[in-house]
Amino acid sequence: MAMVSEPPKQGFRLSQLIYDTRYRSLTIQVIVFMLFMAGAGWLVDNTVRNLQALGKDFNFGFLWNRAGYDIAQTLVPYTNDSTHARALLVGLLNTLWISFLGCIAATVIGVFVGVLRLSRNWLVSRLMTIYVEVFRNVPLLLWILVFLALFTETMPAPNAYRVNAETGEAQESLFLGLIAPTNRYTAIPSAEFSRSLGAIDTALAPISLNALLILAVIVGSVFANRWLLNRARLIQEKTGARPVTWWQSLLVLLGPLAAVLVALGFHIGIPELRGFNFAGGVNVTNAFVVLWLALSLYTGAFIAEIVRAGVLAISKGQTEAAFALGLRPRRTMSLVILPQALRVIIPPLISQFLNLTKNSSLAIAVGYMDLRGTLGGITLNQTGRELEAILLMMLIYLAISLIISGGMNIYNSRVKLKER
Amino acid sequence: MSDTHAQTVAYVRDTMLPEQPAPATEAGAIKWLRENLFSGPLNTFLTIAGVLVVYAMVSHYFAWFAHSVWNANSLAECRTIITERWGEGATGACWSVIRERWHQYLFGFYPPELYWRPILVFVLLFVALAPVLFQGFARQLLLFSVFYPFLAIWLLWGGSIWPEVMIILGAVAGYVAFRVIEPRGDTLAIICGILVTILFWAWLSGPLSGMIQSVLPFRITPVSSEKFGGFLLAVTLGVGGIVMSLPLGIMLALGRQSDMFLIKTLSVCFIEFIRGVPLITLLFVASLLLNYFLPPGTNFDIILRVMILVTLFAAAYIAEVIRGGLAALPRGQYEAADALGLDYWKAQRLIILPQALKISIPGIVSTFIGMFKDTTLVVFVGLFDPLKGISDFVRADFAWKGIYWEPYIFVGAIFFLFNFSMSRYSMYLENKLKRDHR
Repeated sequence: MAMVSEPPKQGFRLSQLIYDTRYRSLTIQVIVFMLFMAGAGWLVDNTVRNLQALGKDFNFGFLWNRAGYDIAQTLVPYTNDSTHARALLVGLLNTLWISFLGCIAATVIGVFVGVLRLSRNWLVSRLMTIYVEVFRNVPLLLWILVFLALFTETMPAPNAYRVNAETGEAQESLFLGLIAPTNRYTAIPSAEFSRSLGAIDTALAPISLNALLILAVIVGSVFANRWLLNRARLIQEKTGARPVTWWQSLLVLLGPLAAVLVALGFHIGIPELRGFNFAGGVNVTNAFVVLWLALSLYTGAFIAEIVRAGVLAISKGQTEAAFALGLRPRRTMSLVILPQALRVIIPPLISQFLNLTKNSSLAIAVGYMDLRGTLGGITLNQTGRELEAILLMMLIYLAISLIISGGMNIYNSRVKLKER
Repeated sequence: MSDTHAQTVAYVRDTMLPEQPAPATEAGAIKWLRENLFSGPLNTFLTIAGVLVVYAMVSHYFAWFAHSVWNANSLAECRTIITERWGEGATGACWSVIRERWHQYLFGFYPPELYWRPILVFVLLFVALAPVLFQGFARQLLLFSVFYPFLAIWLLWGGSIWPEVMIILGAVAGYVAFRVIEPRGDTLAIICGILVTILFWAWLSGPLSGMIQSVLPFRITPVSSEKFGGFLLAVTLGVGGIVMSLPLGIMLALGRQSDMFLIKTLSVCFIEFIRGVPLITLLFVASLLLNYFLPPGTNFDIILRVMILVTLFAAAYIAEVIRGGLAALPRGQYEAADALGLDYWKAQRLIILPQALKISIPGIVSTFIGMFKDTTLVVFVGLFDPLKGISDFVRADFAWKGIYWEPYIFVGAIFFLFNFSMSRYSMYLENKLKRDHR
């Protein structure tokens, strides 16, 4: 029989709010809440009074006024008669576009360099170490400025590509016959279609039916290929012999795509000098090229370190155990090493993507019209609504970051080691 | 059993052969080359590609470095000298711009006769950092580390020393109040300590410092913030931001780990908000919006405004680093602290934080490297950073119009030197702190 003495029943005393651990956290939170509200109220009150003193109000109506400025590179139709909201959209898409291309290039560079740094080749691993250390330890702004100077100061004018009628030679020739970097823009080949299916007009942007069709065919092929491989696996599990699938895969993946491209009359437009400028391809502004190169090379150095650390993090015992089980080296890599290395690599990799996206705001140094250049730059200066413009800009950047890191968290919880 | 022995059989050798030298392909430089450069087709290809890249770089840039000019008064003069010495069409580096303007890159527009002050501050920085970064220094030096920030502020901006002394005195008064009331309860003591400090700063420090100043006029030439630039500005912002963000970052990290819902939510919101936006937008807040949020008529120094925002920015990142340190501690440490009957603050102060901070130092150092690099962005709110601000200023002079590579190489080399040594230090620390048994 246990003698449980009831705790003496007492009424609630005020001192319990401080000394009783059951209530203390509540007290602290109430105090913090009051302080927080007071602080927030103070800030809002200051803002309201400052706005009054300046004769301004807080409203986002300016977004629907005429923007009145031109943007060099736009992904959706835009003229200077469009609204500030449209300019914002153009800037946002430009930010996302350069971030997307930058992430791809940085990943490619990072994986290559990371693997080469681990190579047994003395010279190559030293060269890669130099690349990584030099790019990581110097501010990104310096790289942007250096590439900018490289393009504006040392690249030839478009005119230098002109073929001299008498000698039949040009001062400069196209790189690989395809790309022409000049001091104003870089001319690159473009994908052209001689037959167009037209476009769907949506409020945001016209969507080309050609692109849509190609996308649909690619997605369909990938699904068909997956079904094919799945069937092969089922047969293998039932009979023990895996049917040969590589030529079927190749056919399913490439066949429909090639057919569609031929049907649409796909060809590559090569840039050539007509008059004073290049035509036939796409002329990409140097602001974009410079920013893209600098962001990719800078972030690539960080990604190289991540890849290297990820590969080194997998202990040798894993490889040995896989060999002891009789797995071939390729299967060891794909079934044992890579899944574990990816678990180490992916989270910091995504945070590098985030960094790259945020760093793309350094477009200010080259005059690339990204979100900061439109909404936080010319729109802000023209309308004088710094409070609204900067808050909106921060919110948009925050939303992008939260979406990316939300995706990362989902991935993380999927691959996390299930421990106690 | 066999009766045959070595001696009885003629064909068994009974003396050792002298050691042969290793085959030529298995020794010395050839072996090294074979193993490290030409061990297979892929490696051979990589080696050749690497050699070609190095050759291209060297052949392209060597002449430029070799044709350096150190004594000239303008870029045009440089070019004339290069043409004279190395012939028509030769290119060369014009380092004379560095020779002439190095002081602006290092100190901005700080008065030249006062250069000793930033230099002294910089040297003392290492004295203050030594006991924090390396073991085996006298613990008394830590006291100097505590007072160093005030000394640095006084030396850099000049003026009277008494306001800084008053700030220290206020903190001391608060601490004394805390110790006096401590036996009657921790929470009460902390609140009283903070109150005493704030009251001291608000009402006593102003008149008191004025009074002492009139009795003991101890002042040096003041230097205004517009004079700051170059690496002086970068280091001031970087070090100031990190030092001020450390306490805030620790509080945020503890807040994020807290059981209290409201405090946790506020910390998470703050950290995620700051980490989700680019630094450049925060700098714009500092230059354009901060005046909106403060009482009408407040207008203070742009460096201070930028420093506040940089501190908030760094605090969010440091909070995440320290949270990693807190999470890395085994649960047993928390449970042991509870079992000893320590309350929350005592447990944090005596058991959790010393260990967590120790393992977070490498992360803090790399945050600092990032911050130091990011200080170049202040050029976009009109301050003179060494990279673009000062370089643009130098290029605005007609004599140096169009000079690009030399300033970038100079500034980049200094940044590299700082950051590379810091990252090496952090690697050294990581090795030293490695306590796991893998």
